Amino acid sequence: MKQPKRMALIASKGTLDWAYPPFILASTAAAMNMEVGAFFTFYGLTLLNKKIDAKVAPQTNPAMPMKMPFGSQGFQNMEWPIPNILANNIPGYETMATSFMKKTFANKGVATIEELRDACLDSGVKMIGCQMTMDVFGFKAEQFVRGVDIGGAATFLEFASEADITLFV
Amino acid sequence: MSNQPYHHELDCKGLNCPLPILKTNKHVKTLQSGEILKIETTDIGSINDLQSWSKQTENEFISYSEDEGVYTFLIKKT
Repeated sequence: MKQPKRMALIASKGTLDWAYPPFILASTAAAMNMEVGAFFTFYGLTLLNKKIDAKVAPQTNPAMPMKMPFGSQGFQNMEWPIPNILANNIPGYETMATSFMKKTFANKGVATIEELRDACLDSGVKMIGCQMTMDVFGFKAEQFVRGVDIGGAATFLEFASEADITLFV
Repeated sequence: MSNQPYHHELDCKGLNCPLPILKTNKHVKTLQSGEILKIETTDIGSINDLQSWSKQTENEFISYSEDEGVYTFLIKKT
């Protein structure tokens, strides 16, 4: 059997929208018989928590289309231009935007982050938590899902040095 | 196309990327070599994605057809 392709990812963001790309790519690469390693650093570390509490942050994504997950198809397709000055100041706006995004994703048949992460774990994706960021933010290995390794830059680079695909998310 | 025989069916209608790929991969793993799986999807991305998946995993992509927004694929496990 030929040597499997290898993909090395860095997941550095912990918002709901940015939680998708690393888990989509990792689970799909594993399904395509690739060997996958994902290094979770900075806010990406929160994606290793047993319970993921990721939210979208519309204030930091001014181009994010704001759509309603209910009503007629025409209503759902409408874009609601919410100026940043409002998005930054309405209490609970982030929570509302998060629940709308989750609902829209579910309506469109998109998997949840937890489902994709489970697919990654079941298919042997190697997940590495960044030890330095864990120290800085006070993360403990026990709060992470099973099977997470702890390491640093050298651990990732050793794995990535043999990779065919390397991505920073 | 419609008279092409197959051994198993997988319904991925209503699912979006990457679920049709993940489910296909899981299902194909349970098949015997030479068995044919019929997959139905509704996401247009699956047309390219299932061909890429087949190529990468070295399974045989037999055919693809479309009927009223439903894409039907036949893939043979090698």
